[in-house]
Formats: sequence, structure tokens, C-alpha cells
Amino acid sequence: MTDAALPRRQPIALRFPSVMIFLAILALFTVGVTILSEGFGIGVISTSFIKTLGKTLCLCLVALAMDLVWGYCGILSLGHMAFFGLGGYAIGMWLMYARTEIIVLESLSAAPLPPTPTEVSDGIASQIFGVVGASEFPPVWAFAHSLPLQLLAVVLVPGLLALVFGWLAFRSRVTGVYLSILTQAMTLALSLHLFQNDSGLRGNNGLSGLQNIPGLSDTPQSTVSIWFFWASAVALGLGYLLCAWVVSGKFGSVIRAIRDDEARVRFLGYPVEAFKLAIFTLTAVIAGIAGALYYPQAGIINPAEIAPIASIYLAVWVAIGGRGRLYGAVIGAAFVSLVSTWFTGGQAPDINLGFYTINWVDWWTVLLGVSFVCVTLFAPKGIGGLVDILIDRKSPSRHGADLGPDQGALREQEAEK
Amino acid sequence: MLRFAAIFSACLTLAFPTSAQQTDAPIQQLLQSQSELIVESSRVTIGPAIDALANSGLPAAQVVMDKWQTREMWVNAETGLFVYAEEVDGDALRIFDFADGSEIGVVPDDGFEQLKPNSGIRGLIGTALVQFQLSDTDPDTRRRALDAIERGAEESHLAALRASLAKEPDAVILARKQRLERLLTIAYGATNEERIVAIQSFDGDLGVDVRAALNPLVAVRVEAAETLPSDPDIGRSLDPGSDALPRNDAYALLVDADLAKPRISVEDQREALIANIADGQVAGIQVATLDSQTARDMAYAALADQGTVTAVATEAEVDERLSDHVFYERYIGAPPEVVAAALLALEAIENKVALNQAFDLGLDALSLASIYFLAAIGLAITFGVMGVINMAHGEFIMMGAYTGYVVQLFIPDYTLSILVAIPLAFAVTFGAGVAMERLVIRWLYHRPLETLLATFGISIALQQLAKNIFGTQARPLTAPGWLDGSLVINDIVSISYIRIAIFVLALLFLALFLFVMNRTRLGLEVRAVTQNPRMAASMGINPDKINMLTFGFGSGIAGIAGVAIGLYAKVTSEMGSDYIVQSFMTVVVGGVGNIWGTLLGATMVGFLQKGIEWFNPSNTLAAQTYMILFIILFIQFRPKGIIALKGRAAEA
Amino acid sequence: MSTLLEVSGVSVSFDGFKAINNLSFQIAERELRAVIGPNGAGKTTFMDIITGKTKPDEGRVIYGEKSVSLLKMSESKIAQAGVGRKFQRPTVFEDQSVFDNLMMALKKTRSPLAVLFFKPASEDNDKVAALAEQIGLSAALYRKSGELSHGQKQWLEIGMLLAQDPRLLLVDEPAAGMTPSEREHTTDILREAAKTRAVVVVEHDMEFVRRLNCKVTVLHEGSVLAEGSLDHVTKNQQVIEVYLGR
Repeated sequence: MTDAALPRRQPIALRFPSVMIFLAILALFTVGVTILSEGFGIGVISTSFIKTLGKTLCLCLVALAMDLVWGYCGILSLGHMAFFGLGGYAIGMWLMYARTEIIVLESLSAAPLPPTPTEVSDGIASQIFGVVGASEFPPVWAFAHSLPLQLLAVVLVPGLLALVFGWLAFRSRVTGVYLSILTQAMTLALSLHLFQNDSGLRGNNGLSGLQNIPGLSDTPQSTVSIWFFWASAVALGLGYLLCAWVVSGKFGSVIRAIRDDEARVRFLGYPVEAFKLAIFTLTAVIAGIAGALYYPQAGIINPAEIAPIASIYLAVWVAIGGRGRLYGAVIGAAFVSLVSTWFTGGQAPDINLGFYTINWVDWWTVLLGVSFVCVTLFAPKGIGGLVDILIDRKSPSRHGADLGPDQGALREQEAEK
Repeated sequence: MLRFAAIFSACLTLAFPTSAQQTDAPIQQLLQSQSELIVESSRVTIGPAIDALANSGLPAAQVVMDKWQTREMWVNAETGLFVYAEEVDGDALRIFDFADGSEIGVVPDDGFEQLKPNSGIRGLIGTALVQFQLSDTDPDTRRRALDAIERGAEESHLAALRASLAKEPDAVILARKQRLERLLTIAYGATNEERIVAIQSFDGDLGVDVRAALNPLVAVRVEAAETLPSDPDIGRSLDPGSDALPRNDAYALLVDADLAKPRISVEDQREALIANIADGQVAGIQVATLDSQTARDMAYAALADQGTVTAVATEAEVDERLSDHVFYERYIGAPPEVVAAALLALEAIENKVALNQAFDLGLDALSLASIYFLAAIGLAITFGVMGVINMAHGEFIMMGAYTGYVVQLFIPDYTLSILVAIPLAFAVTFGAGVAMERLVIRWLYHRPLETLLATFGISIALQQLAKNIFGTQARPLTAPGWLDGSLVINDIVSISYIRIAIFVLALLFLALFLFVMNRTRLGLEVRAVTQNPRMAASMGINPDKINMLTFGFGSGIAGIAGVAIGLYAKVTSEMGSDYIVQSFMTVVVGGVGNIWGTLLGATMVGFLQKGIEWFNPSNTLAAQTYMILFIILFIQFRPKGIIALKGRAAEA
Repeated sequence: MSTLLEVSGVSVSFDGFKAINNLSFQIAERELRAVIGPNGAGKTTFMDIITGKTKPDEGRVIYGEKSVSLLKMSESKIAQAGVGRKFQRPTVFEDQSVFDNLMMALKKTRSPLAVLFFKPASEDNDKVAALAEQIGLSAALYRKSGELSHGQKQWLEIGMLLAQDPRLLLVDEPAAGMTPSEREHTTDILREAAKTRAVVVVEHDMEFVRRLNCKVTVLHEGSVLAEGSLDHVTKNQQVIEVYLGR
């Protein structure tokens, strides 16, 4: 580059060709899948696979959030799937309430007397909470009747939790693996809480029947699935643009600087904690939205989905895809979750070794674990690293010192916090 | 027919000569004198007959009552003499004389009538029998009698028990009798003074039986009145709508006492309304408008005005009635003085019980802390000393436990198998740890986040592997017989031997750790390498080897901990993940790099969890949730843990 | 000249070791000052205390005409108040370009929201270009700073400090690992900077200090041993003992 040319502000898409390419591929993919779908097209792709693809798009979105918080800001959060799940619970409560309300109203309309509000709400409550032996609405369901309020909750609940937790964690300067363990503890506490029957969210039964959208009982699932697929694709596209915008400017500079050397950024006068908190909360909100789109397609949510292991898997996707680049997160999430579906769905052919038959349903996790170790050891850039090889991009010579994302997590710096 | 039978039986009696029955024996005479009552067998009138038998002082009286109670007493229809008999077959009896227990002979049963006392009478007989059993020569019979009294004490037992005290030869049984006598005195003592003395004699006694004897004395009945009576037997007053007296119960009380109009349930009201629908109207109100409770109340009131249904109280009336009355408890179990003594005694006992429960809880917490410490001590080495974050640590614990299980498959003797399993578990996990360090971790030193993820990969692979090999169901790891049972200190405080063993093991590990780190060459080299690897290397220490050995040592300890935890909990492929977060929390809370910190951390986490469980015993999930929340908050105030390294040492 | 920073009676100890012992120090606005001292004299800890990294056990640190205490402020607040620091090792963000590094350091509102919506105006770009000119990195403006030489990184860091436009500049061994010509350039930059702000230079190298030609403070065992011109302090018997040993 020449010294005279100072960068002019151009649209993000032009300054970052990868954004343009990504959006184009996403659009092509979405249109292509729609054409091949049962609901709107020639019916090559089954509705259940449309749902799988739609869910995968949501996972890509949450992986983007994870990449932003981990790949760019250096915070290895093991709590983002909890935010994802909270978003799912928030929307699931409305879906379940509204649908049960329709059923209850229908059954009560046959009665000789018109139902009173109490009868309706008791009916809904006993339908929903019968499985946990309760028949009254817990306080957390106070807004479940209202779609706008629950949609607000999709954003607010994960956002507020992240805000409070992040504020506590960052202000006491917990960093690196300590922060990871702390976020993991938060996730564990949340899932344990939800596992209790008296949490008010049906304990380990979770919320179910979420694929039935209230008021759309006459619309076939094949159509609904395409709607959700499109919604997920749009959310992913917007999320990608948002993330690209956030990381492109000075803000991106600062958070990457925080990742690489937090103390130095502090001496530049930046309130590091506020930046971390902002990114942590923003990504929690993105995760919540992704969850709210995911679970109506999955149909059921239960506390096991919030367990720490889910968040660790999220980190695995991002690492395999290649962190520190947005498309890496998307590739990782899509690749690993689709391959995982293929293996655990029993579609992968068993391997007969003569003395033992490898059944992939049982052995897939082992393979995933081992391949993950291999990626960490031999290909720390993940699948995204292939792109570098393709376009022959070399990382700057660092005079022997690897000052990549790990730098922000040097042991010395953690020990002193 | 009857006559024929009589003649036939008479012939039979003649045909089978029997030894003569002693008709003049005192017991037979006594029975004859009560014959009418006995044969009539009425619960109401039988009392004097049983009393006469019981008070006769005749040794045979006990036999009579025994046989009577078990329906083996028969009466000769002709002579009216009483015998006891056993049925030989469908229609013959072998009869015996009560006087001396001698066999009279085998006779057809036609001439005899079996006495079939009903359960009420049998109960009376049983009570009367107790006094005989209490003085029986066989100690077992005496003990059984005491057992019977403990199960269902009756007023009459008291006198019998007192009578038998003087003659009791066995000191242990005597002590039991005396205790029981005092307990019965509490319930049935003749005078208040006597009962109060008995109550006071149990001051601070932790026995469940004492509380069982005292509780009925302080039984209460909830009553309602316009004003609070000033009787001495009035307890506390209650507010309607409080936990002790829900609003509905309070009102039901008023209704039962005819102090208020009844209410109607929502369902009954609906039924009543439905029953009175006419032309789409209820009492002139359109059915379609009855979609709120107020509308339904109005419709019902309208019906009541028409006289179609009975009037019920409205909510306002309910409130009015409730506020018009006071609700209070009246002691109905005993006279006021006795109640006061019982309350005092109960309070003293409860205080002592609470104290003992706290002590018991402390023991529980201590053993939980030992388990956390065991689970965390390996981590204190790999994470605390080396700074390697090993997410597969829990799986090393699991491997240790499965090693123990496999060993037990081959060595059936539990004691021996545990002795073999412990070193073997150490060896297996030491090997696994060394392999992992060589293959994975050493490439990732100073990249802790990647170590976290890579070891997590190993963790899920190992977990699935265990699932594939051992299946998903829990496998038992059986403790040796001498570890069964528990050390019982009193009715409240007890601790199982296995928990004591785990506690001892935790102390041993602490000692081992301190020994290895402070007294051995390895420990010195480990400390040197962790403080300054380059300097250590220049002094001839091979940091690679030290790292490998240290990691192996930490992993090996996790294996032994696995055996211990396996004894206490079930062995499953997921057992490791149950402990991993808590273990990390223990190390972090305690302060990284300091074994005493880990000890304090484990103690804190253990006591905390038990403490929270105490508030909400039914819900261990909630306890864990709150504990984790507490730890998150705790780290706010002491980010470096309880024992924090300060200054340059921490920054090095 | 008015006092910009006053450190008085500050002590700090690590596990019983007194790193700083009753240290008092003053610097005026637009003053250039060199701090020298043997290893372990507490030079770095002294800087840590001023920049808020280490909290002293006792003492006061008063800054600016409003006499605010720095002890209760966070690192970032102190930096925003106008205290800039250059570390011993060059710490620039190697993953990012020289331009990004300088732009990040440029004195602007530091709140996340302002940063998120920040758009560089043309004068900002001009300022960055001027700074790059000053530190001799114009040609390398869009290179990743990780690709720079050690000396260039030192300059970049000095440039970032200047971009911050601090009122007090703390510089820790700026000349370490530089060629003689680079050192000369560095002294020029520092002397130039001291015309508009206070500059404290911690340095081992006497030659470098001599070239700075300013008042010198000698630290030893956590307190001030001597203060004055370089010639004055090098004649001080105690200083000679400390440096040459007994």
C-alpha cells in the first residue's frame, strides 16, 4: 500500500469483500433451499431437513456471537448457549401459553356457561403445569400471554443476565480461564435451577410443542418451516452485518486490542471493563434472538440444552471453523452441527472391523473429541485457515512470538488479576 | 336332630374314656363363677370376668387368658366346664385341663363350643395378659411385653408395669421398665404432680419416644369466639390467612360452629347456575354475560333471592365474619399445668435437638467437604501448581472408579479388591495423565484457553468411550463389610463409616501432598519449574520431565479419589462431570497455587452446600444453584481466593 | 513553574519486601526528568503506582491543578486524566496496522458508545499522518505493527503516547535495543515532547541520560537518593557507592 492513501469510508460490504460474498452465498442458499423445499418448491428437501437447515442457521448466528466475544474480544464465555436457551424459553413460554389458551378456550366454549378469566387461566395452568404437579402460574409467566412482552424478554432476559453477570465478573478483573470457569458455573447454576420443578418452567420436562404456532394450526408445517428458515436466514444476514460493522471500525480495533493486551488498552485510557461488558451483553442478546428462532423449529426446549456442555460445544464449533473471523464461526457451526446430525442420526454407515463394528451413534462423540484435540493442536486457525491458504494470506511475522488470540490469555496476566 | 346329636355325643363321650377333669381346681371354679360373662362374650360386660382372672393370682390364669385370646378355649356344652383344645381334624379335638395342663383326651367337637372373643375382648385380654408377661420368668417374654407396650401403650399398662418393677431381676430390662413407667406416667399419671415430675425427669432427653409422649399433651384444637377467652388452657391466637390458619380453614371453622353462613365453591356455584338455566337465562340474566366471577355471584344471589338455591356468604360477609371473631388454640391434651411443663420440656428438648442436628449437619458438611477436597486435590496440583486447566480431570476420577469396578469383577473379596484397586487406579490414571501431557498439553503451555478446549475434547471422548465400554447404567463399587453401617452417637447424630473413611483419606492425601511438595526432590523441582522454568533448566532440572511427572501425579491422585467417590456414589460415565465445576470452584475459591486454600475452599463449599440444604432439605438442586451463585459473588470480593498470593510472587 | 505531580510519603511492600519506601517526588509542568537507579531500586513500581496498576500501602499521589488524588482512580481514568505510559518492552498491538494503533491512541472520547459510532474526521487522519511522520513510520502506516522492527515498535509506542496527548509522559527505558542513530532520534522526540508537557524518563543508560540534558533523580531501595543535574548526582558519594558497589 502507498503511504499517501488514507482510507475513505466506504460501505462495509465494499471494504470487507468477505461480507459481500457471505451475504451473496447466504441469499443463494436460502433461495435455493426454498426452491427445493416441499412448502414452496419442488419438494426435493423434506420439511424435517428444512427445519434442520433453519436450526443450523440459528446455530451459525449464535456462533457469530461467540466469535465476537471470544475470537475478537478474547473472552472464552461458556455461557452463551445459556443465553441462547433463555431466548428459547422466553419465546417458548408465549408459544406454549397461547397455544394452550386456544385449546382451553375451545374446550370451555362447549360448557353451558361462558368461562370466567380465572377458569381460563386455571385451565391453561393445569394443562401446562400438570406434569410437575402444579396448577398455578408461577410469577415468571406473568407476561406469557403477551407476544410483544415475551419478544422483549427474548432480548432483555439474556441481556440483563449478561449485564449483571458481566458487570460483576469484569469489575473484579476476572479474566482468562478463570472467567471461563466462572461463566461455566453461571451456566451450571442456571441449568440446575431450571431442572427444578419449582423453577416455574416445568423442570426437566422443559417446554414442548413449540413447533405449533398459535393461530397457524391450519398452515402446514412445510410452509411454517420455510417461514422460519427465511427468518433465520434474515437474522443471520443482519447479525453478520452487525458483527462486521462492530468489528470493522475503531471499536473492533479496541476489542481486538483488549484481546491481545488488556492492560495496555487500559493505559491508553479505554475503560476496558465497559467494552467487555458491552460486547458480552451484545452477544448475549444476539444469542437470545438466535435461540428464539431456533426453538420453534426444534419444537422442544429443556434444561439439558442449557447445560455447560452446550456452551463448550459452541466454542468447539467456533474453534473448528476458525475464530477471529466471522465466516469461520459460520462455517464451523454449520459444518460441525450438520456432520453431527448426520452421524448421530444413524445415517453414517457403520464400519465393520471384523472383531468390532463401529456404530457411529456411539462413536461420533469420541471422534468429535479427538478431532477437536487435533484441530487445537495442528490447525489452530480451523477450517478458516484453508481460506488463507487459498488466497495465500500470510500472517505477519511476529519474530517468533505468537501473539494471536492466546496472547490475551497469558498465564502471567491471569495470575495477577 | 339336636337330640340325636346329644345322644350321639354322650355315647361318644362314653365310648372314649377320658381322664377325669379336675372340676374343683381353683381356676375351674373361678371360670365357673364367671361362666355366664365369659360365654356371653360381650365387650361391654366382660370387664369383671377378665379382672377376676387377672387379679386371682392363680398361675393358671395366664394360660386361660392366652388360650382365650387365641380362640383355643372351649366350653363343654353339657357340663359347662372350660378346657383348652387343639383341633385334631375337622371334627375331633384334643382337650386339655386348665388346672395342670394335662391332656384329657381326644373327643369329637360336637359337645364343645369354641369361645370366639371379638377383637375388642382380645384387646382387653391382651392388656390383662401384659402384667403376667411383664413378670414372666423368660426375659424374652418380658422384652416382648415391653415392645408391645411401646407400640401401643394403654392406661392399664401403667399399674402392671409398676407392679412388675420390684420383682425385675435383669438390670437392663429394669432400666427399660423404669423409663417406660415414666413415659406412661406422663400420659396416664393419676395426678398432675406425678405427671409433671415424670415430664421433668426427661429434661433434655433426645429420645424419639419422649417427644412422642409429650406431643399429645400439647395437642391443640383451633376454636373461634367473639372475644378471646381467658381460660388457662388457651394457647396462642391465630390470624386468619396466616400460614398456621389459612383463610378458608378459618371460615370453615366458623361454618362448622354455626357462626357463619356456608360458602359455595366455584364449581358448585357453576353447577347450580347450570342447573337453573332456562331459555338461555339464569334468574333473568343472560347466560352469555356470565363470563366473570362477579356476574356469576350476582346471578347466584338472584337465584337465592328467588329461593331456588340456598343463600351463601359473599366475600364481604366472609371478611366481616372473620374480622368479627378471634381464632385461638386450646390445649386439649392435658390440664394446663401439665401442658406448661410439657411445653417447657419440649422446648428444652428441641433446643438440644437443634444443637445436635447442627452437629450432625456439621459432620455431613465435613464429609462432603472431604469429597470435594478429594476431587479437587488432583486439580490443585495440575491447575493450582502447574496452571494447566484440565477439563478431563473429572474423567480421570471416573477412570479411577471404573478401575475399582473392574478389579472387583476379578477379586471378589471386597477388602482385598479395594487394596488392589487404589494403587491400580493411581497407576492407570497416572499413565493416562502422562500420556495426555506428552501428547497434548505440553504443546499448549501458555495457551490456557486452548488447553481448556483440547482437554474438553479429551473429556467428551473419554466419557463416550466409558459409555461404549461399560454401558450407561450405573456400576456398583462395593465397600468392604467393615465399612458398612454407621457410628451412631445418639438418636440424631450418626455418621457412616464410609464417610469417616473418606475423611481420613482426604487427610492422608493432604499429608501426602505436603510431603511430596515440601520434603521430596520431586516437590522441590516442581516448585522450581513452576516458579522459573528457565532457571530450573539451567540448574540441571529437566522441566519436561518434571511437568510430565507432576501432571501424572495430579492425575493419579484423581484416580484414587475416583475409587473413594465410587464407594460413596454410583460409578457412571458422567460421574466426572458432576464434580468438575465444583472442583474448579473449590480450587479457585481457595486460592490458586495453595493447598491450604484448596482445603479451605473445599470446607467452605461443603459447609455452604449443606447449610443451604438445611434451609431447604428437599431440594439439593437448589442448594447447588445457590452455592454456585454464592461462589460467583464471593469471587467478587476475593478475586484471588481465600488465600491469595500477593505482590510479585503472584505476578511472576 | 507549577507542580503537575506530587508523590509524597509513598510506601508499598510485597510480602514483606519494601519495594517503595517513603518515596517523595515532584515534577512540574513542561519539565523533562530522568529517573535512574540500579536494578530493584523501584523504578517500575514507582511508575506502576502513578499509573494506578499498583495501589500503595500509604502515601499520597496528587495530580494537576485541581490536586486530584490518583490513588482512587482506575488505570483508564488516570490515562484519561492525561498520564501516558510507555512500557519497557514495546507493547503495540501487533495484529493491527500502525494506522489503527495510532488511531486508537488518538485523544478522543473513550466510552464504548462513542467508540462504536466513531468516524475519523479528516483532521484525525491528518493528525495520524503527522504523528507517523514524526516517528518516521509514514512509509509503514498500513503495515501490521507486528512486522515492524524492534526500534520501530518503540517509536510506534512513543507515537501512540504522543497521540494520547498526555500532560505527563512516563517513559520506561525507551532506548533499550535501539541503534545509536535511533537513540538520537528518540532523544529528539522526547526533548521535543517535553516542550509541551512533563516527561519522566526511566533509563539505565547514562549516555542517553546525558543527552537528555535534564534534572536527574536517583532511586535506591525504593526512595530518592539524590536529585539534581547529572554531573551533580554522579559526584554524590552515595550514588557512586550504589552504582559501583562498596
